[in-house]
Amino acid sequence: MAQPRKVRLTINGSVREASVEPRRLLVDFIREELGLTGTHIGCEHGICGACTVLFNGEAVRSCLMFAVQANGAEVTTVEGLAQGNELHPLQQAFWENHALQCGFCTPGMLIAACDLLRANPSPTEEEIRDGLAAVLCRCTGYQGIVEAVKAAAGKLRS
Amino acid sequence: MKPPPFEYHDPGSVGEAIALVGRYGGEARLLAGGQSLVPLLNFRLANPAALIDLNRIGELSYIREQDGQVRIGAMTRQRAIECSTIVQQRIPLLAEATRMVGHLPTRTRGTIGGSIAHADPAAEYPCVVRALGGTMVVRSAGGERGIDAAQFFQGFMSTAIGAGEMLDEVRLPVAERGAGWAFEEFSLRRGDFALAGIAAMVVADDERCISARIAACAVGEIPLRLEQVESILRESALSVRTVDEAAKCAAEQVRPEGDIHATADYRRHLVRVLVRRAVTRAAERSRAIGR
Repeated sequence: MAQPRKVRLTINGSVREASVEPRRLLVDFIREELGLTGTHIGCEHGICGACTVLFNGEAVRSCLMFAVQANGAEVTTVEGLAQGNELHPLQQAFWENHALQCGFCTPGMLIAACDLLRANPSPTEEEIRDGLAAVLCRCTGYQGIVEAVKAAAGKLRS
Repeated sequence: MKPPPFEYHDPGSVGEAIALVGRYGGEARLLAGGQSLVPLLNFRLANPAALIDLNRIGELSYIREQDGQVRIGAMTRQRAIECSTIVQQRIPLLAEATRMVGHLPTRTRGTIGGSIAHADPAAEYPCVVRALGGTMVVRSAGGERGIDAAQFFQGFMSTAIGAGEMLDEVRLPVAERGAGWAFEEFSLRRGDFALAGIAAMVVADDERCISARIAACAVGEIPLRLEQVESILRESALSVRTVDEAAKCAAEQVRPEGDIHATADYRRHLVRVLVRRAVTRAAERSRAIGR
């Protein structure tokens, strides 16, 4: 077994430090060591997108990275979106547009949508669908999700 | 834990990385963006003694134009390539193909060098490199050498990178003046592996086709350059009939295998359709640029 290494990162604004084995996946580290279970684990091989987090501001699949690679990085998970009791505009729009049923994919959807809207504040419907193709939803049929992202884009622009 | 145990190294320079590659012989794997290697580790299909993580090596990430080529560092992220004005203006085929490489969150991490060294036959970058006649620069303790795309891809996920070497840079010729381009692929869902893909670069005026470069992915063990198809198109008027003849020839040239996603025949059919679309779109672009 390889020697554990120290990881120090900023997650949702707070600095955390831990010692991890190099093969520890970032998503497992976030859930098990840091106790942030909002990020979900679906396929664990980079297909479903449930584990998507923001890594230095950009969306990545946290099941395809090792925790040691996050040393010095800034990570945002779904827990970091709301401001106190106030939902993030995307979360509010998901609620209002029935963009979730079982909710399993929602953390990944929200984070992927954050990155999409940061890179492209006024996406067309096709660009939204393209951007969110990285996350699989098995309940909604995506229509509500697309509507929610459209609504949130409008709110974030104003 | 899903991945098997491994020793982990994160060198800060290419020199250090090469020393580690040499030290482990063939027992270590280089970790670039990890979008293909980490799934293999999670499935335990790969079981290397060590991972040499290249992500701290800043000197491997760049896009610059020099001597009629665009030179791209092996660790340049696909997302950086997608957003690069140099790539958009000088090798637009690469920019277009990049939008089909995985998804936005995988392009954030995925790199050009990782994709090319992994040499998945369905991948877009090896196909573009083959179509454009790119050069892969590999480095070892003894120095560097360039490998032409025609020699680089040797078999299913197998390349000409030798023991003790690592991919350092990818060089692609700047698109010739007036060239039109198109990358067409078909996959079951957006961002999935292509069932077939075609890269095309065509120079055409209103009368005839001056040059054509065509390559195919996902229909053979390695990306295939379709030279016979190119010669049918060259000097032709690019009539609907000629383009269809070329597309038919392409379908005969490729060597697809059937799997659970598509039969070999269906893939051949896709090649015919995609060549027609790619050549038509590339030629239209070329004519529009020339006007």
